[in-house]
Amino acid sequence: MTWTDLQTALGGQGYVASDDLAVSLQLTLSLGRPLLLEGAAGVGKTEVARTLAAARDTRLIRLQCYEGLDAAQAIYEWNYQRQLLTIRAAAEDGETGKTVEDRIFSRDFLLERPLLAAITQDEPPVLLIDEIDRADEEFEAYLLEILSDYQISVPELGTITATSKPIVILTSNGTRDLSDALRRRCLYTYVNYPDRHTELAILKARCPEVDTQLAQQIIGFVQKLREEELEKVPGVAEMLDFAAALMGLGIADLTESPAVLQSTLTTLLKTQSDQAQVTTEVAQRIAGKAA
Amino acid sequence: MTRVTRFSGRDPGPTARVAGFIAHLRDNGLRLGVAEADTALNALNAISAIHPNDCRRALRAVCTGCKDEADRFDDLFDSYWMDAGRVKQKVIPTLSSKINDDVHSSNDAKGKDAGASGLATAPDDGDGGEVDSDGTGKLIATDLRNLNRKDLRDLVRADEISAAENVARRLGVALRDKRSRRRIAARKGDRLHFRKTIRHSLSTGGEPVRLLRKRRPDRTRKIVALCDVSGSMSIYAQVFLSFLAGLMRADMQADAYLFHTRLVRITEALRDKDAMRAIGRMSLMADGFGGGSKIGPSLGRFADTYAKRFVDGRSVVMILSDGYDTADPQILSDALAKLRKRGCKVIWLNPLKGWADYGPIASGMAAALPHLDLFKAANTLDDLAALEKDLVTL
Repeated sequence: MTWTDLQTALGGQGYVASDDLAVSLQLTLSLGRPLLLEGAAGVGKTEVARTLAAARDTRLIRLQCYEGLDAAQAIYEWNYQRQLLTIRAAAEDGETGKTVEDRIFSRDFLLERPLLAAITQDEPPVLLIDEIDRADEEFEAYLLEILSDYQISVPELGTITATSKPIVILTSNGTRDLSDALRRRCLYTYVNYPDRHTELAILKARCPEVDTQLAQQIIGFVQKLREEELEKVPGVAEMLDFAAALMGLGIADLTESPAVLQSTLTTLLKTQSDQAQVTTEVAQRIAGKAA
Repeated sequence: MTRVTRFSGRDPGPTARVAGFIAHLRDNGLRLGVAEADTALNALNAISAIHPNDCRRALRAVCTGCKDEADRFDDLFDSYWMDAGRVKQKVIPTLSSKINDDVHSSNDAKGKDAGASGLATAPDDGDGGEVDSDGTGKLIATDLRNLNRKDLRDLVRADEISAAENVARRLGVALRDKRSRRRIAARKGDRLHFRKTIRHSLSTGGEPVRLLRKRRPDRTRKIVALCDVSGSMSIYAQVFLSFLAGLMRADMQADAYLFHTRLVRITEALRDKDAMRAIGRMSLMADGFGGGSKIGPSLGRFADTYAKRFVDGRSVVMILSDGYDTADPQILSDALAKLRKRGCKVIWLNPLKGWADYGPIASGMAAALPHLDLFKAANTLDDLAALEKDLVTL
C-alpha cells in the first residue's frame, strides 16, 4: 500500500489528509514507529487516529492524558475487590494459601488500562495517546519505556510482551515542551489549518448536501476569519458546525441576512472577547470579501 | 528542467548520501543521531522513493521533532538535494512555499531517482556557513553568562531586573513547597490509610473493600524578607528590591520590610501589579530614610512587633544586608535570638560575602552568625540562583 492508497482509504472514511500527513501515517505503519502530531486545537489530530482505525478496520484504544495521570490509570491495576472476595470464598472452601495466591495474581484479576490493553490485542489496534503535553513528565518516562520495548512488567506476574504492536499516534497542543527523548522516538508532523482547497474537500466529504456556492462562501469566510486576531481560532470542527447551522436555517447566501449570520457565529467564536470583536459590520465585511 | 542533482559515478551510493544529509542537518542544529540515519533509510525504502517530494515528506517526518525544525526543513532539504547545494536564500522562500501539501507530486515525476541520487560534495559547501552560525550561538551564550556574573549594582535596566525577578521567583518556589511529615487522607495517596480503611470496613462486614489512601500534604512556607537600604547597601538596594518584588509576586503570602535606621513594612507597596511601579513606590519609601544603619534595633523592633503577627514555625526570615551595624552588636544578637525562638529559619544574604577573601569581621555580622541557618553571598545572579539548592534542603 502506498501513501496515496492510504490517503484514498482515509478519504473513504471522510477524512481529507494532506500529503504530508499521509506520508507520515504510511511511514508509521511500515516502520512501526509512533507518530507525534502537533498543531493548533481543531485541525483534526484526534480525528486522524479515529479514521485510521476505521479505515484499517481495527480497534481504537484511546488514552486521554491529564495532569496527574498515573500508571494505575494508564497501564494496569489489580482488581482488589475481586481478589478480596476470592480469598474469602477460598477460605470457606478450605483452599490453601499458595494456590489462592497464584490464582488471585493471575491475568484474570488484572484490570487492563489503555496501554496494557493496546499491547495485548490479537490484531494491532490504533493507540491514540491524546494531549500528551497535559500529562506529567513522569508519565512521559513511563510511556517511553513502553513505546520502545512494547512490553510492560508487572511485579507479581512478570513481563507482558506485546502480542501485536499497536499503531501509536500521539497528539500534542504544545501547552508544554515535550522531552527530546520522546520526540526522538517518534515520527513528527505538524498539522496546519487546511488550505482553502483541502477544507472545501473536507466540507464536501462531511456535508455532501451543501450547495457548491454556499460551500465556497463558508470556506472563504472561515479562512478569512482565521486571519483576524482571535483568541481562539475556529478549527475544522467549528467550520462544520457553522455549515450545519447555516444548512439548518436554510441559508443559501452568506450575505443574505446579516442578523442570521451574526447569530450563527456562535458556532465559530467561542470566547466572549472574540464575539465582541467580530461585530455585524466585521462579519459582513469578511462575508463580502469571501463571496 | 529538473533541479535534482546528478551524481558522478564515483559516488558511494544512496546510503552514504543519506548519511551525508543527516550530517548536513546535524550541522544545522537538528539533533539527530545514528539511529535517525537508519530510520531515514528505512523510511525511504518504505515509501517508493521515486518522487523528490515524497522523499522530502518522509525525511521530514523522520528528521524533525518540532514545528521550528519542520519549518526549516524544506530549506535544508533543498540546499542539500536540489541544485547541487547551490540554492541560497534568493530561491528558497518561494520554493518552499510552493512545494507544499496541495501540489501533487506527479508534476515532479521527471526527477527519476531522487532517493537513489544525492550529492556527496554538498556537506562541505554548507560547512562555511555553519561555523558562522555556531559562532553566534556561542557569543549569545557568553553574553548570558556575563549577565549572570555581573555585580548586581550594574543591574539597572528593566529587563535585567526582570532577570533578577525570575531568580527570585525560582527561589520562592524552592522555599515554599515544604512537605509535611504527617499524612492526611487523600484520594490519590501513596500509602494506605489503615485507620480509615478499617473504620469503613465495618459497613461491609469487616471486609476492607474500599482501600483509602493518604499522603503528605504540601505545607506552604511563608517568606519574610528584610532588606537593608542603608548608605553602604545603596548600590545593591535597587537590585535587592527587584529581587524582593519578584519574590512577592511569586508568592502571595510573602511579607517584605525595609530597614535603615527604622523599619517599614513594604508588603502593600510591592503588591502593585506593575513591577516597575512597585519598585518605584518602594524606592520612594526607601529614600525617606536617612543616617547610618541600625540593623540590631531594626531587627529587634521587628521581633517585638511584626514577627509576633507574621512569623511562625513555617516562616523563613530572609535578611539582605551587609552587616555594617552602627549599634551595639549585642542588640543584633539578642534580636536574632528572639526571632529564632519563634521557630523560624533565618537566612542572611550578604552582598559582600561574594568578594574574594571576605571574612565576617564586621562586629554586627560576627554577632549574628551563631543564629543563622544559612549565611550566603548574594551579589551576582549566579549566587542567587545557586541558593535554590540550599533552600530546598533548609
